Amino acid sequence: MTGPGEPLLHVQSLHIDYASGGRLHPAVRGVDFTVGAGEVVAVVGESGSGKSTTAHAVLGLLPPEGLITAGAIRFRGQDIARLSERRFRSLRGAEISLVPQDPTVSLNPVTRIGDQIAEGLRIHEKLPRRAARLAAADLLDAVGIDRPLVRSQQYPHELSGGMRQRVLIAIALACDPALIVADEPTSGLDVTVQRTVLDKLQQLTHDRGTSVLLITHDLGVAVDRADRIVVMQAGEVVETGPATEVTRQPRHEYTQRLVAAAPSLHSDRLTATAGIVATASASPPGARPADPIERRADEFVRVTDVRRQFRVVLPDSGRVDLVAVDGVSFSIARGSTFALVGESGSGKSTTARLVGGLDSPTSGSITIDGADLEQLSRGARRALRSRVQFVHQNPYASLDPRFSLYDIIEEPLRAFGVGSGRDRQARVTELLEHIALPASYLRRRPGELSGGQRQRTAIARALVLRPELVILDEPVSALDVSVQAQILQLLTDLQVELGLTYLFISHDLAVVRQISDRVGVMQQGRLVEQATTAELFAAPADDYTRRLLDAIPGSRARG
Amino acid sequence: MKRYVARRILSAVVVIWAAFTISFLLLYLLPADPIAIKLDAVEGGGRGGSGSVSMPPEQVAEIMARYGYDRPLIVQYFLALGRMLGGDLGTSITTGIEVRDSLVAALPQTLQLASVALLIGVLVGVLVGVLSNLVAFRWLRQLLQSLPPLAAAIPTFWFGLVLLQVFSFRLGWFPPWGNSGFASVVLPALTLSLPTAAVMAQVLSKSLREVLASPYIETARAKGASRLRVHLRHAFRNAMLPSLTVVGLTVGNLLAGSVVVETVYARDGLGRLTETAVDGQDTPVVLAVVVISAVVFALVNLLVDLLYPVVDPRIRRATTAVA
Repeated sequence: MTGPGEPLLHVQSLHIDYASGGRLHPAVRGVDFTVGAGEVVAVVGESGSGKSTTAHAVLGLLPPEGLITAGAIRFRGQDIARLSERRFRSLRGAEISLVPQDPTVSLNPVTRIGDQIAEGLRIHEKLPRRAARLAAADLLDAVGIDRPLVRSQQYPHELSGGMRQRVLIAIALACDPALIVADEPTSGLDVTVQRTVLDKLQQLTHDRGTSVLLITHDLGVAVDRADRIVVMQAGEVVETGPATEVTRQPRHEYTQRLVAAAPSLHSDRLTATAGIVATASASPPGARPADPIERRADEFVRVTDVRRQFRVVLPDSGRVDLVAVDGVSFSIARGSTFALVGESGSGKSTTARLVGGLDSPTSGSITIDGADLEQLSRGARRALRSRVQFVHQNPYASLDPRFSLYDIIEEPLRAFGVGSGRDRQARVTELLEHIALPASYLRRRPGELSGGQRQRTAIARALVLRPELVILDEPVSALDVSVQAQILQLLTDLQVELGLTYLFISHDLAVVRQISDRVGVMQQGRLVEQATTAELFAAPADDYTRRLLDAIPGSRARG
Repeated sequence: MKRYVARRILSAVVVIWAAFTISFLLLYLLPADPIAIKLDAVEGGGRGGSGSVSMPPEQVAEIMARYGYDRPLIVQYFLALGRMLGGDLGTSITTGIEVRDSLVAALPQTLQLASVALLIGVLVGVLVGVLSNLVAFRWLRQLLQSLPPLAAAIPTFWFGLVLLQVFSFRLGWFPPWGNSGFASVVLPALTLSLPTAAVMAQVLSKSLREVLASPYIETARAKGASRLRVHLRHAFRNAMLPSLTVVGLTVGNLLAGSVVVETVYARDGLGRLTETAVDGQDTPVVLAVVVISAVVFALVNLLVDLLYPVVDPRIRRATTAVA
């Protein structure tokens, strides 16, 4: 048992290396922290900080090439860093358990969820099948899933993402462990779902006195949920302290940068970097049409009562019309940013595709610079495409891995037959300056770039044809916060410099607040509210908007 | 679910029909004339004596008419299709025996051979596939993973000859040829099972490796599940689908392989029947063999299709009504 004053978990100058190609690459370098009984400790860091590796070491689940080279992991006073697999197995699930990262892929797809929850009880407590099943149903009830006996007979694909994460929490709690390692437990979930799932985790672990080691990239989540925060960077702990203290008065320079970059802890619209000069055509950001329905001289995009439905053919003869976008109207002033916010399935991406001319509405009209998309000839539609460009969410998937950076950025020019080879080369080089990448990068391929550099490349590709409207579909959601901040700043600068109009699609209200002039909130295909960014955040009119705002993590740090 | 089953059955019927039609057309297009071959054989008997006696053209025409070869292609096609549907497979041109009788004699032999081979192939394939991921020693895993590609590269007839040499001629454990009882099936079935086992092991090993890298395996390990439990309870069932598909496709190879194996081991069966029929351009027999093989192939794949939803609940949902 844990003696008085002794922490439940004590990670002591832990070093972990990954062996690859006969060499050792350090991933964790001398990490020290403790988790007391009943305490919630968050380890915060960006990708590559070693936070996930540390978490896996605590669970004894390092991959074969991950080696603990020095230090100790004391659990109840016993060093478990070098425990045999057999001994560790009796600990895992029983004393230390895991709430994994991605609920959509973390449950076995061919096993009933009841059996998956019962499995730990069958392994550790040797419960007979029937008793384990009943216990599993009780756990489902505890994590807030209705009709637990029916649900326990279901398969993972029959549950929503949020429900699957609850099932994973039930699995982790099954044997009443002393410590739960929660590895980014809500990173793939919508904010409102994230909130309820974290509430449930917090309540259950608090009631049972379970300690939680929470691994997260989101400072907002950390400050809301943890007693103490451990900040990691490049395999080392740079700062440790009480949660509110670390976020309000960060001492280490890296933590300060992290806090500065965390969108959920800030509330202001970004302004262009000093020295960026607006082009003549650009209207100042902030010039917003007073009434979105009224056609104004500076209006660039106008969406009127647009509806898009898809016919879904069911395997059993039935046909269902799925309405993805329903009666949506808004307009975007030239040189401003309009953000569409919503959770998954709200229809925001479909709306973006409609505005970009990649899809046609079932009814309603969309005009861009006065031209109705539906009335245009094929040729004119294609010509318009050079004025409207996309930047997609995932910079890992949206760039052809076999193209060099130069090929990627030049391709739209080729496609539209713009200029001679020499002209095109000049234009690509010019863009590289805009996105702040050195010219030596032109011959690299996407595989040799970081996530942020890839997204810069995607932005350059979108800008190469000198478009007027850029549709940004979740452009920063796949990036680390500090990189996210850089990209948002870059987008702001480019907007002022080039007079760009943005349609910004995001699920993240905190990000939207930093970049947009007007915001539209979408729910189930409808635009439930639209207002200027300041108005929407200060006085949300719609109930759903209010729930979204409340769900933004980091409220404790904002005070 | 009913709709899913109905669609699978329909596609099986289409496969059989297509096999019939394509082979009918191919046989029609063959440059040689089965009647001419038959007549050659008849005349050949008298050739040693007083020289060739040519058959009068009206008699040739009469024989052509008897087999229906004087009708237009489309008429011949529908007549043949109609007879086939009525269960009349015609008579062999070379032997004059009812094709149905030869099939009834040959089919059980080959089915026995093929099903024993399939059983051995699947068992060995699954065993090697699972062990090549499960065993704790890295060198042994790598050895097991390198076996299937090697086995796939071995020619069937050569493997058959080696087995014969060792187990029949040297050790005398099994009869070298014939269709006498179960002992005579063992060696041919082993020979025939080799490619099946190799492909099975390869596919299963690969998909197990992929499944073992998925996050839900980590969830299982985090519950404290043992290595054996993780492999058998969690990974195996998820890795089964691709292998199941392979089993269905393998049945075609087993039927094709029986031609070689039955020749090597001098067994009677569908393979041998095919070989003689093709040799003599015995159109009705070849056509019947193709159709019967198509039926077996389609049935096995229908079974595989019906097994998918049993193994994977996600397919089950897609096949039942969505409320």
